[in-house]
Amino acid sequence: MFAQQIIWFPSQASTTASRVDLLLYMLTTICGAVGLSVAVTLIYFAVRYRRRSNTPTPAEMRGNRPLELFWTITPMFIFIGFFVAGAIVYFDAYRAPDDATVVYVVGKQWMWKFQHPEGQREINELHVPVGQPFKLMLTSEDVIHSFFVPAFRVHMDVLPGRYSSVWFQPIRPGHYHLFCSQYCGTNHAGMVGTVHVMEPAEYERWLHLNAEGSMALEGRKVFLKYRCISCHSADENARAPVLEDLYLRPVHLRDGSTVIADDDYIRESVYDPGKKIVLGWDNLMPTYKGQVSPEEINQLIAYLKSLHRGETPNRVEEFAPPAATPPINSK
Amino acid sequence: MSIAIQPRENYLNTTTGVLSWLLTKDHKRIALLYLITVTVMFFLGGVAITIVRLNLMTPDSGLVSADTYNKLFTMHGVIMVFFFLVPVVPTVLGNFCLPLMIGAKDLAFPRLNLASWYLFVLGAVWALYAMLAGGLDTGWTFYTPYTTSSSHSNVIPALIGIVIVGFSSILTGLNFIVTVHRLRAPGLTWWRLPIFVWTIYATSFIFLLATPTVAMALILEIVERLWGIGIFDPALGGDPLLFQHLFWFYSHPAVYIMILPGMGIVSEVIPCFSRKNLYGYTFVALSSFGIASLSFLVWAHHMFVAGISLYAAMIFSLLSYLVAVPSAIKVFNWTATLYKGSISFEAPMLYALGFVCLFTAGGLTGLFLACLGMDMHVHDTYFVIAHFHFIMVGGMVMAYMSGLHYWWPKITGRMYSEWWSKLSALIIFIGFFLTFLPQFIVGYAGMPRRYNHYPPEFQVWNVMSSAGASILGVGYVLPLCYLILSLWYGKPAGPNPWGATGLEWQTPSPPPTENFATTPVVVRGPYEYHVEKAQNEL
Repeated sequence: MFAQQIIWFPSQASTTASRVDLLLYMLTTICGAVGLSVAVTLIYFAVRYRRRSNTPTPAEMRGNRPLELFWTITPMFIFIGFFVAGAIVYFDAYRAPDDATVVYVVGKQWMWKFQHPEGQREINELHVPVGQPFKLMLTSEDVIHSFFVPAFRVHMDVLPGRYSSVWFQPIRPGHYHLFCSQYCGTNHAGMVGTVHVMEPAEYERWLHLNAEGSMALEGRKVFLKYRCISCHSADENARAPVLEDLYLRPVHLRDGSTVIADDDYIRESVYDPGKKIVLGWDNLMPTYKGQVSPEEINQLIAYLKSLHRGETPNRVEEFAPPAATPPINSK
Repeated sequence: MSIAIQPRENYLNTTTGVLSWLLTKDHKRIALLYLITVTVMFFLGGVAITIVRLNLMTPDSGLVSADTYNKLFTMHGVIMVFFFLVPVVPTVLGNFCLPLMIGAKDLAFPRLNLASWYLFVLGAVWALYAMLAGGLDTGWTFYTPYTTSSSHSNVIPALIGIVIVGFSSILTGLNFIVTVHRLRAPGLTWWRLPIFVWTIYATSFIFLLATPTVAMALILEIVERLWGIGIFDPALGGDPLLFQHLFWFYSHPAVYIMILPGMGIVSEVIPCFSRKNLYGYTFVALSSFGIASLSFLVWAHHMFVAGISLYAAMIFSLLSYLVAVPSAIKVFNWTATLYKGSISFEAPMLYALGFVCLFTAGGLTGLFLACLGMDMHVHDTYFVIAHFHFIMVGGMVMAYMSGLHYWWPKITGRMYSEWWSKLSALIIFIGFFLTFLPQFIVGYAGMPRRYNHYPPEFQVWNVMSSAGASILGVGYVLPLCYLILSLWYGKPAGPNPWGATGLEWQTPSPPPTENFATTPVVVRGPYEYHVEKAQNEL
């Protein structure tokens, strides 16, 4: 819209951007009008009632109940209007559409690491096509960071030890700033990157050029590398629960409660397995904290998402370790 | 102090020598001790931000290293928030004026008052040592797990300093509450209290209720950092958001600790210089308590994108809008007070009118941030920086300057230069706008806070902001000069240079140690300018 002509506005590169800008225009217009009227009234009174040599003693004026009630209640209704408008935009920005492509993001001092479902990995750069909703699953290796793309008008803190998410649907090709906006130490200002929004065809080409094993395939390698299969073997010798068709299903725990097997639960079960024991199983599993990296966790999650009934690999006692996981695709 | 001939004995010349000041129990002398201390802190915080603004003149990291930059903005934030904005009005003007305004000889606990100052100095020296020797790079918000696990700077000493200064606040708040309850002059009913007393009283409650929370949160950080006990760091089994909840449970009410006394000052100054009673006294007095109570229920609006739940965010957004209502009431009442007044424009009034304008602008931009959909974009950008500087510098510091100029003749018995004081009010107002308006724009454009280098398209706004800051700096140095010069060259003020109605003006300037020769008896409300005038004319 017209604001893009003014140089200081970031472009409206997502479906959310124009809605946030609309809030800005609404708030600026109403608040600007109120602010200006207060300032003008103040100046008018100050000039009109300035003390002159013949100014009489002002009469007593204690207040006027109806007037005061009026200027108490009116702002309240205007404020509730602001609240509703803002909440609607926020509500939609909070919940990703079901068909959104999920990209896993790991923040660490001081870089961004991305993993696409098809296996492409990037550092400080994210390629996405126009017109497709993307949901980012964000987590941090160390301190709190914040994922901020001004052109998309989205913002979400990235916390260690849990997943947060943010989604956007790019609508305008271009190269946009990615900032870390939560102060994270020495090189905080260097924890920046670029989001490349591409035409779908161009994006397909990029995907093929950078294809590696899909995240799920990488996750299967991780699963075998750490010998998860020794216990989670889905046969009569299994010493741990079967993981087939697990993702987003309810899990009954030994303490009688039930959890949903989401990203946070899977992550916790690797790092702190004793915390939630599945009903009918013993607390055998050691922690893999410090061994399985956050990115490998993300790959494991992708693998579990794809793991359906009867697909658990065969348990092999003599298992040759696979070649080391490929290094991060550094540019 | 070598102030020119004092005609009679007063609190300044009744005893002499350094010890008579360092061991004084007189609230007026303690107020002056605080005045010197917080002024030193203000200029130290100012030096830190001067270097930051110079560094931001160019998009590359230019002047200082990234680590130094981080230490400088941390120093600016820590000093300005904990050692200037929070204490300044209660401990300087509150300390000096509260007993005078309620017709008391001193605060309820004079020794405790002196102890508060010593705690303040101890905390300040401790924190300053930590920040100057080695430095502190956490930002004034001390977010975990960065502060507890990642920062290599002097975290623990700095946190101890802030905890100590918190005790000073708590004791001061306690002292004020007891004083307002127990030491009011005969006839001074609650509904005859000046608004400044109301706001100091409401602020004292926030001191008492909120400060322990931040002290606890900071001590927990020390425990985690020292012994690795998992409280906030997820790697140790803690919860990083817990710290943010605890921290903002103090630090949001702390915003009102800063601004409420400022509102009190303006509610004294505007009636005085328009010769009218304050419009809607009851609404203004009660809205102070409305603000103080609601301020405890809005803390999570600092966390809309921190990972709190959707519905929590909605509740806190709604509550944040509600706390804006009492503030709006006050702005309308101040404006209405001017209506059909007889307005004169001495420096205190210029600062007070500046306050109303800047506070309104700050408050209105707060409505932007309380709006969930907007905050999602502007959170942690310069938009937020600009907003809270409008409240804290445009609002709070303007109000403090107004109060300082208003009561300076009472404090020192001297008038300052009228011309210079009006000029500096104007310079501060203009400098302020030039500094912080560009930050709204660069913030909406997406510049995050705490960046020592940034994309070049943001440069023009940063240069404008730095240029404005240099004007603002001049505006702050000028009062330091003419106020100090007034001690020697100012003409005697007389007991009531502004023709004001408050009790503090019914005793000589500077007041005698015991404040009033005989305890005054109050027969009217605080702003009965029509009665006063009528009597003078008789």
